[in-house]
Amino acid sequence: MANTYSILRKPLIKGDKSLNTVTNDVLRPLDRKPTSLWWATFLFAVSFLLLGVIAIAYQIKTGIGTWGLNKTVGWAFDITNFVFWVGIGHAGTLISAILFLFRQRWRTSINRSAEAMTLFAVMCAGLFPIIHMGRPWLFYWIIPYPNFRGPLWVNFRSPLLWDFFAISTYFTISAVFWYIGLLPDWATLRDKATSKVKKKIYGILSFGWKGSFRAWHRYETVYMLLAALAAPLVLSVHTIVSMDFATSIIPGWHTTIFPPYFVAGAVFSGFAMVLTLIIIARKVMGYEEYITIDHIEKMCKIILLTGGIVGLAYGTEMFMAWYSVNTYERFAFINRALGPYSWAYWIMVTCNVLLPQLLWFKKIRRNIVLIFIMSIIINIGMWFERFVIIVTSLHRDFIPSSWAMYQPTLIEIATLLGSFGLFFTCFLLFARFVPFIAISEVKGILSYARKNGKEVKS
Amino acid sequence: MSANLIAGVFDNENDVLHAAEETKAQGLSIYDIYTPYPIHGLEKAMDLKPSRLTFVCFILAFMGLLFAILLQFWIGSIDWPLNVGGRPFNSLPAYLPVAFELTVLFGGVGVTLVMLFRNKLFPGKKSKQVDICATDDRFIIVVEQNDSSVSMSKIEEYWKKYNPVEVKSLDGDEI
Repeated sequence: MANTYSILRKPLIKGDKSLNTVTNDVLRPLDRKPTSLWWATFLFAVSFLLLGVIAIAYQIKTGIGTWGLNKTVGWAFDITNFVFWVGIGHAGTLISAILFLFRQRWRTSINRSAEAMTLFAVMCAGLFPIIHMGRPWLFYWIIPYPNFRGPLWVNFRSPLLWDFFAISTYFTISAVFWYIGLLPDWATLRDKATSKVKKKIYGILSFGWKGSFRAWHRYETVYMLLAALAAPLVLSVHTIVSMDFATSIIPGWHTTIFPPYFVAGAVFSGFAMVLTLIIIARKVMGYEEYITIDHIEKMCKIILLTGGIVGLAYGTEMFMAWYSVNTYERFAFINRALGPYSWAYWIMVTCNVLLPQLLWFKKIRRNIVLIFIMSIIINIGMWFERFVIIVTSLHRDFIPSSWAMYQPTLIEIATLLGSFGLFFTCFLLFARFVPFIAISEVKGILSYARKNGKEVKS
Repeated sequence: MSANLIAGVFDNENDVLHAAEETKAQGLSIYDIYTPYPIHGLEKAMDLKPSRLTFVCFILAFMGLLFAILLQFWIGSIDWPLNVGGRPFNSLPAYLPVAFELTVLFGGVGVTLVMLFRNKLFPGKKSKQVDICATDDRFIIVVEQNDSSVSMSKIEEYWKKYNPVEVKSLDGDEI
């Protein structure tokens, strides 16, 4: 309620800000010329993107024999990157939808950028299966539409097809949710614009929004509905991704804990990526009073929780391998921890389970430099988690004579670097041209724990 | 719009909320309120009922579910019966993931389009605004003056204690 204030809670936004200050603060980086730092990072990202474009063009022209796969390891780097990027995306939806349903009002400072991150991560993820198809120009064959090939329909029992539906629905709903949140901010930009061209462009983007309360009333209903739909959707996406593995009969993949295990891992890695991006952005763009150390600490707590679930899943897998008395299952897990890829397994355990335990300490949760390093460590660890799950389960199968090792080729590594290039290019363009913080939502929480716009000292 | 419109411009959410409640208490009808962010409580002052969009969303989502289930059953057992591991052609569990995704897709995208349609929002729409500050830091109540007994000075008096920045009369076609 507008009148109430709490003396127990701290304001979510630092500094005594007026509504107008919020508008100006958020829009300032959009109005000024790009800094040399922005150009440097942008060109760096674009060069990686170019590298990726060249690598992708080459492997599509030559065929996916350019990858390091062999008869035993038929799935490796490509699907690792796919699962990694889809996982990254999950934090954005968790922040924008699930935290909204839980009335975590601090999310307003970070939901816009986190959701943008989701969109870009899902774009990167989508790249890999499309290349893997071998003939990406026929990618639309996966859409079930009446055709002249029979009609030949898709196989609705295949988890890979479920993936297509899950990822494309996820991307569409995230994009809609993100854009609906942007409408009032485009209108603010339109009304603040000084040049005619800008007024015109922002006018088109804002759909003619003018802040009518009748419109707000419906808008809020739809916002809530989209959040309620996106919440189970995000859980379903990584559940379905995990079914790519869990519905097979490969020891190490064929387990029922995969869906919750994957979802927790996705949120874990996604929050780490949000932190990586936001810690830099808040500094460079001058948003430190909006994205405060309290925000970072809260995200660290979510990382600690989801990281704990991931650690528990690793333990459960090990325990069940022993408890099941299944020779193949036992071998798969002993091979994971002690076999030729044990280095990857122990990188995974160190980065995802051991090091994040430091986050139990408040001093560490509030240390920006350490958290930044931690976020990168977790990203590396979660990439290795997918690599370990996929490659170690395949490379030593039921017949020892067919055992093999897998090593990525330069083309595969260039594609991975290219996907990072795409991700950062998109994110830098977003930071440059779109309000980085949801202006109208932050205004809505400005009076939180304040009386007449001033912080209440208890 | 034949009725004359009177606009009061306020600069914080408490004032506009109380002014709107007062306006309603005086029996005036509020044409609209323009705010930079949604303020809870204004819907009561404006007599807005809970939006029926939740119902629309349910219907659309249900249609998505129905479409997905029927599509998969028709393809899987009538048009293209495919033996996958000796499983029955009509196996609902295998159809659930796609059914769920299409439920969400139809419900989410559909209700958003309906919302934009109901709010008359579309790319390229020209919006007439009372004051462009309503998307920044001003809150504007617009009251319909359809009864000559309600004079502008009277409305100004009702609003006085809520510190309006400005009270002005608008031509009917201004918004």
